[in-house]
Amino acid sequence: MSGNRLKVQLGNLELQNPIMPASGCFGFGREYSQLYDLSQLGAVIVKATTLESRLGNNTPRLAETPAGMLNSIGLQNPGVNAVIEEELPWLEQFHVPIIVNVAGTMTEDYVEVAERISKAKGVSMIELNISCPNVKCGGITFGTDPQTAYDLTKAVKEASQVPVFVKLSPNVTDIVAMAKAVEEAGADGLSMINTLIGMRFDLKTKKPILANQVGGLSGPAIKPVALRMIYEVYKQVSIPIIGMGGISSAEDVAEFFLAGASAVAIGTANFVDPYVMPKIINDLPRVLNQMGVEKIADLTGEGWNLI
Amino acid sequence: MDQITARIITNEKLTEEIYQLVFYSPELIEQKPVPGQFLHVRVSEHLEPLLRRPISIHDIDHHLMQCTLIYRVGGKGTQFLREKREGDSLDILGPLGNGFPMEEINEGEQVVLLGGGVGIPPLYYLAKELVKKEIPLTILLGYNSKEHSFLIKKFSQVGEVNIATMDGTEGIKGTVVDLITDYLNEKLLQTGSTFYACGPTPMLKAIQNEWLDTPINGYLSLEERMGCGIGACYGCVIKVDTMIDPKGYKKICQEGPVFSFREVLL
Repeated sequence: MSGNRLKVQLGNLELQNPIMPASGCFGFGREYSQLYDLSQLGAVIVKATTLESRLGNNTPRLAETPAGMLNSIGLQNPGVNAVIEEELPWLEQFHVPIIVNVAGTMTEDYVEVAERISKAKGVSMIELNISCPNVKCGGITFGTDPQTAYDLTKAVKEASQVPVFVKLSPNVTDIVAMAKAVEEAGADGLSMINTLIGMRFDLKTKKPILANQVGGLSGPAIKPVALRMIYEVYKQVSIPIIGMGGISSAEDVAEFFLAGASAVAIGTANFVDPYVMPKIINDLPRVLNQMGVEKIADLTGEGWNLI
Repeated sequence: MDQITARIITNEKLTEEIYQLVFYSPELIEQKPVPGQFLHVRVSEHLEPLLRRPISIHDIDHHLMQCTLIYRVGGKGTQFLREKREGDSLDILGPLGNGFPMEEINEGEQVVLLGGGVGIPPLYYLAKELVKKEIPLTILLGYNSKEHSFLIKKFSQVGEVNIATMDGTEGIKGTVVDLITDYLNEKLLQTGSTFYACGPTPMLKAIQNEWLDTPINGYLSLEERMGCGIGACYGCVIKVDTMIDPKGYKKICQEGPVFSFREVLL
C-alpha cells in the first residue's frame, strides 16, 4: 500500500502524505479545488490571516527571476472573521487537516487571531508567520530577533488550542538561534523557510519592478538555501520541521526529508503546474523505490546519519 | 478551466514583433471559451522562464476545433513561444477569467470596439459574436505606425474600421482616443450604447476620462503580470472604487480581466 508508505507525523497530527500547499500560494483552496480533489493532500495551509481584513500592497506585486519569482502581495486577506465564517467551513468538506497561517502587526493581534482561529472547527494547527517580508510593521520584525520571536511564540502558544508551528525567515544571520528560541518558547514545530528578500529593476523606468520595491524570492532558485537551513536546524532542535522552498518534484521532496523535514509545503510550483501536488504524491513511491526506502518518514534527517 | 496539452498548427509572424499562433484542442473548445477570456500558457519546459504567460483568445474556430492567440514578442517568455513550431505541443491552462458581457446589448444600439496595439486581438472574437447578433460595430484601432499594424483587413469584414497611428503613416495621426469624434459621441449618446476596450493602460485611462460623465456603458480588458492565473496568489490585482467593492482590490485573472469601466481605478 502506497498509502502507508507516505504517512508522516507532525507531533500528534498524522498526515496521509507529507504534501501540502505553502501558505499564500493556494488562497483558501477554492481555486485549485476546481482542478482536483483536495482530499488527496496531506494537509492544507491557507493564506495568512490577520485580525482585520487587509488590502495588500500596490501593484506590480510580482516579478519573475531566474528559476524563481519575487512577490510582494502584502498579506491581502479578508480578516479572521471572514476566514472563520466563510472559508474554513467550506474547506472542511475535504477532511484534510487545515493549518492556518496567522499574521499580525503587534503581539495583541497575533494572540487574538490565534485564539479565535484555534477554536474554529477543523483547524488542526497554526502556522505562526513571523517572517513575511512584505509588510512594514510586524511580520519579519518578529522573525529576526530571537528574544522577540520567543516572546511572541510564548504568547501565541498560551492563547492557542492547537499546536503552533513557527514559520522562520531565512533573512537572518543565525537561523539556529531563531529555531532554538521558538522551541524554547514552546513551539510544536517549525516551517522553513519563508522567502528571501530580493529586488529587480526595470531598465525602462530605472525603478524597482515591484511597487513595494522589495519582495520575497521563491521558487527552485531558493531550494539549496532552504535545504542548508533545515539541515543546520534539524540537529539542534527536537521539534518537527515542515520544509519548503522551491520544491517542484518528488525528488525534491526526498531531498528535504534527507535534510531533516518531516513534511513539505509546495508553493511557486503550483503556478507552473497546477497539478504538481497530486502528481508528486503519485510519484513519491517510485522515488522511494529507487532509494530503497519503504516509508518516507524513515528518510527524515537521514542526510545526517551518513556523516 | 483545465490544464490542456494542445497541438500547434501554425506559429507565424504578422509584423516585426507580433506573432499569431494557431493550435488544435478539442478539450479547450469543449469548454466553450467566450470572448475576453484568456489562456495561461507555459512557454518553456525549463526553470526559466518559470511562470506561465497570460494571452487572450483572439479567435475560436468551433468547426475545426482550433484556437488562435496573437502575442507580442517582448521579453524572454514570448521569445520562447516564438520558437514553437507546427506539431509541437503547447501546455495551456484555461479558459480563464470572465469574458466581455454581451447580454445587455439591445437591438438598435451602437457598439464601439477600441483596441490599441497588442490589445487589439481579443476584440476580434468579440466582434464575430456581436455580428452574429446583428449588432453594427464601429471599430477604432490604434498602432504605432503602418508598419506595426495588423488585423485591419479582418476587422474590416466585421464592422466599420477607423485607424490611428502615432506617426500618421496610416489613418489619422494620434491615438485611439483621437478617433472619438463629436459625431461618434453624439451617435452614441442618442442610441444608448456600449463600448469594449483593450489596450495599454494610458489608453484605457483616457477612454475612462472621456466617457465617465456620460450614460455610456462600457468594459475594459486589463493586463497585468500574473502568478497562478486562477485567483489563488493575489499577484494581479486592480484597485477598485471602494464604494463599489469594499475589498479595495479585485483579482484581474479571476474577477476580470474584463471590468466595467466605472469600477476600476487605473
